[in-house]
Amino acid sequence: MILVLVEHDAGSIDELSLQALALARALGEPVEAMLVGSAEAAGALGAHGVGTVHVAEDERLAAYAPAAWARCVTDLLERLEPSAVVAAGTNRGNEVLAHVAARLDLPFAANCTQVVAGSPMRLTRVRWGGSLLEEAALHGSPALLSVAPHTVAAATVDGADAPAIESFAPALDDADLLVQVAEHAETVTSGISLAEAKVIVSGGRGVGSAEGFGILEELAELLDAAVGCSRVVTSAGWRPHTDQVGQTGTKVSPDLYIACGISGATQHIAGCKGAKKILAINSDAEAPILASADYAVIGDLTEIVPAITAELRKARES
Amino acid sequence: MRILVCVKRVPLTGGRMVLTADEQALETRHLGFTISPHEECGVEEAVRIIEQHGGETTVLALGPPEAEEQIRETLAIGADRGILLATDGEEWDPHATAAAIVTTIGSEEAAGGAFDLIVFGNESADSGNYQVGIRVAHALGRPVVTGLKGLAIEDGRARCEQEVPGGRDVYLVPLPAVVTVLEGINLPRYPSVPAKLRARQKPVERIEPERPEPRLEKLRLVVPAGQAKQAEILGQGPEAAPAVVGVMRDLGVM
Repeated sequence: MILVLVEHDAGSIDELSLQALALARALGEPVEAMLVGSAEAAGALGAHGVGTVHVAEDERLAAYAPAAWARCVTDLLERLEPSAVVAAGTNRGNEVLAHVAARLDLPFAANCTQVVAGSPMRLTRVRWGGSLLEEAALHGSPALLSVAPHTVAAATVDGADAPAIESFAPALDDADLLVQVAEHAETVTSGISLAEAKVIVSGGRGVGSAEGFGILEELAELLDAAVGCSRVVTSAGWRPHTDQVGQTGTKVSPDLYIACGISGATQHIAGCKGAKKILAINSDAEAPILASADYAVIGDLTEIVPAITAELRKARES
Repeated sequence: MRILVCVKRVPLTGGRMVLTADEQALETRHLGFTISPHEECGVEEAVRIIEQHGGETTVLALGPPEAEEQIRETLAIGADRGILLATDGEEWDPHATAAAIVTTIGSEEAAGGAFDLIVFGNESADSGNYQVGIRVAHALGRPVVTGLKGLAIEDGRARCEQEVPGGRDVYLVPLPAVVTVLEGINLPRYPSVPAKLRARQKPVERIEPERPEPRLEKLRLVVPAGQAKQAEILGQGPEAAPAVVGVMRDLGVM
């Protein structure tokens, strides 16, 4: 049996968890799921091939606590003895499985794209934020692995029954709850955040100066977009470091990422490759960003960006 | 306060990944090396806390002998001393890396007292295993908070902030604690020439740990096929604006 840690937001299943379920099914064993706190979300999992959903219930789990979630998983492991535990390669999925791995002294493979059952399990996982792949053998049982976001398509199965729902009370102790979300501070800035924006207008070295971002801001305002930037830009002090997009900082996944004057270093690409579409505006038709972009406009961004803004205004008026 | 920051030497990759003939590593003959940007932020954060509260920052790296260069870079940012866990250049899996760090922390703390704070990058930039900091915290029996974009030390506690949709999640944990940070938690200073000169004189201790058999065993590396997209050229210069707006309309983002 394969146990999958499923994340949900107020009862709505996270798409990345559905992708994790699809990879788990590829291992060819029955799939069961664990989720924390909401039996409401459980019913929808039948269509994704889940036979039984284990719902961890304890009022102390109301706020996220990584070690407590890991305790839920290890409690189930003792009881159910699955051959693998799978989670989505989200912040929480990777964090919880790393806690499980540390607690049980097991190896853990983060961000896998393919797995082949066996002992050891053979897998492919991403390195360098997706710019490189590693083929590896995982020497541990149960196998602990997370699934790289957007590398496996979620899929429903035909004729699936509604899953059995079994709630359980994990044996939490105080140490499991030492690290827990204590408060949630709402963003106070007026603009839309990089994490939530449907469109991001981002600038790199080619923007030339802090003042140069004026035309990007104007376009962003029109599109209800966030303004991002590359590392060179924050290092030069043109934009606050909180605006920076990159592999080891903020990873973004808007519908459209407009990269203005960004050459396309691996670090930056890994941060924006989650975008559905990338439009590069660059004076250099040979820039590496072109190899990651869906669309490109070649030329001087100080002419092109204002032209797009004007064209948008015109289109809105008509 | 005593703070330990763990960093990793990684190649400065360009736009393209090229492998060695045996497919075990990146071809680095023409590449420079660095510590990851978020680890640089980790060092900066430690140095700022020590400037405010007093104490000492130690930097630890597990890597080839040349990783001493990267430790010296962190000493130029303002860390006080370094420890190099020197390897023969072979990669260590996250399990083994954490175990070696835990052993070193044990002897360091026996000699000089507990580290109030141990800082890691959220994941290594190259292998991206997302677990060394958590494993170290478990072995030491200390709380760990990951992926920080904000950190403040107040009244013997760490106030830790993560960026989440709509705002920030805040964790309050007692010290000693382990944290992992993301780029953007601060803007690291650019080391001055005198700081670089002072860094040459600071002590870097060298230890040669024994590499255990990997349990997450790398077999080979692969450059993803078909990675290079062929971007659709919408046009040259401002005349391309209508085509761009057309794309925006198709994507439904207008």
